[in-house]
Amino acid sequence: MASIVIFSLVEIAPGDPASFMLGINAQEDTISALRTELGLDQPKISRYFTWIGGMLTGDFGISYTYRTNVTEMVGDRLWVSLPLAIYSLVLSTVIAIPTGIYAATKRGKTGDVAVISATQFGIAVPNFWFAIILVGIFAIKLQWFSAGGFPGWQDGLVNGVTSLTLPAIALALPQAAILSRIMRSALIETLGEDYIRTARAKGLSVWQTIWRHALRNALIPVLTIIGLQFSFLLAGAIIIEQVFYLPGLGRLVFQAITQRDLIVVESVVMLLVSAVILINFIVDIAYMLADPRLRLDSI
Amino acid sequence: MIRLNTSLQFSIILCLLPLIMATVSYFWQPFDVTELNISNRLKPMSLTHPLGTDHFGRDMLSMIMVGARTSIAVAFVAVGIGVLFGVPLGLFAATWRGSFIDDAVMRFNDLVFAFPSLVIAILITAIAGPSAFNAIIAIGVFNIPVFARVSRGAALSLWQREFILSARVAGKTGLRISIEHILPNLMHILIVQATIQFSLGILAEAGLSYVGLGAQPPTPSWGRMLADAQTMVSLTPRLAIVPGVAIIITVLGLNLLGDGLRDAFDPKLRGSIKK
Repeated sequence: MASIVIFSLVEIAPGDPASFMLGINAQEDTISALRTELGLDQPKISRYFTWIGGMLTGDFGISYTYRTNVTEMVGDRLWVSLPLAIYSLVLSTVIAIPTGIYAATKRGKTGDVAVISATQFGIAVPNFWFAIILVGIFAIKLQWFSAGGFPGWQDGLVNGVTSLTLPAIALALPQAAILSRIMRSALIETLGEDYIRTARAKGLSVWQTIWRHALRNALIPVLTIIGLQFSFLLAGAIIIEQVFYLPGLGRLVFQAITQRDLIVVESVVMLLVSAVILINFIVDIAYMLADPRLRLDSI
Repeated sequence: MIRLNTSLQFSIILCLLPLIMATVSYFWQPFDVTELNISNRLKPMSLTHPLGTDHFGRDMLSMIMVGARTSIAVAFVAVGIGVLFGVPLGLFAATWRGSFIDDAVMRFNDLVFAFPSLVIAILITAIAGPSAFNAIIAIGVFNIPVFARVSRGAALSLWQREFILSARVAGKTGLRISIEHILPNLMHILIVQATIQFSLGILAEAGLSYVGLGAQPPTPSWGRMLADAQTMVSLTPRLAIVPGVAIIITVLGLNLLGDGLRDAFDPKLRGSIKK
């Protein structure tokens, strides 16, 4: 279903890829020869089925512009985008969960107010602006990190991780702010339950109660948001990749759109949509791991 | 009516700031934003240029003021598109819940939600050509399912209430009940959602302009000011900080306004922050 929408959306894009590739001075017959070579003269419906059929077998087709295998191109870029998404997700979770728990236990006190104000700011800050400021401070003034680019993983893990650190921080900040608010409100809600009072009454300390009883129950909404955020991080890194000149999926789509490389655009967008659906499925499984009650319900 | 607590007052002030700047810019700007004055470039903050000048010698305050117009206009119309299409869809779905209309609306929602919004926004603006108008469409499309879902969810619970039952007994049709009874009771939820979407719209517009797909030169835009500033961030960090702060103030104000209005409308939620 989604594939049809992507295909038609990309197809209505003005600009013939063949004439775009050959420039404005190209001969009419050269253009039509290239169109035949790329399969652009086929009817739209048969092209759609060729594309979607190839997709299912892992063959994304050949890029119009670079004449290379799209599967390989996407695969290469995925090695930047996926680690970046995971890195920033880990950062955001590591920041958000403890601060959220802290704020919930200090509800209404100074610590809580401080966390809440900080998260308000975190949500309001555009991540690419934050990225520019980070570059200004850490890459140019202090020279701790490089201002952009990605050396590739063959130079060793440390180099790769270092060059992804600033982008990951920039991406993680707004996500952490949102996540920490969710964690706080979910935990506050759980702490109001009767079984929490029972646990306290039987002599458990505040932290034991949170650790053994409250946290697990408060995790459901948090997991939902983490899942949503992961798909956002994978797809939404386009702007951050622009700031840091990272060769990720986002930049690939961006370049492909300007070059009318339709097959690359279609493939990457389809991949991202599938990723979103897959992640939603994984989140559903994670629910059941976190909350045994759901397991009983659904099986 | 609504009691204005301190945080609500604070948020209104924050929101009014860009609004006033945008309005004033129609009558008066400190300097012409299209006029380049290279000899006057990168001047620090002073009395004549309260926020300094950029690398082309344009007055930063004037650019922020005119840029506010773009941001507000784009976000406002994008929210408008969401409300105009999303709310009726949500109401229809709730009125004939379980029917094929409901199914169709919800599947459409799932479909749009499955798309990474930014990628599609970039796709739309790239297909139709970069301009403020296309940025509005791209952002607006993603507001439709948001409003459809919110209004359907809230309308469904309203349909269970007694006053709806009595309206049905009085012989009103589903459509009339939706318009006369459901919609007015949804207003406060929709207003809160609209402020949230408005702030997301401001951020999205800034993002699109930053990558060059929003308002085109010479129209000043906060996002493009940031893109221009990026290469000079070490030399004159002010160029990046000023538009960034403008965005933060606006978005912060709108978010606080949303929270404040929700608390004011629904005192039960006061103190607990939900997102």
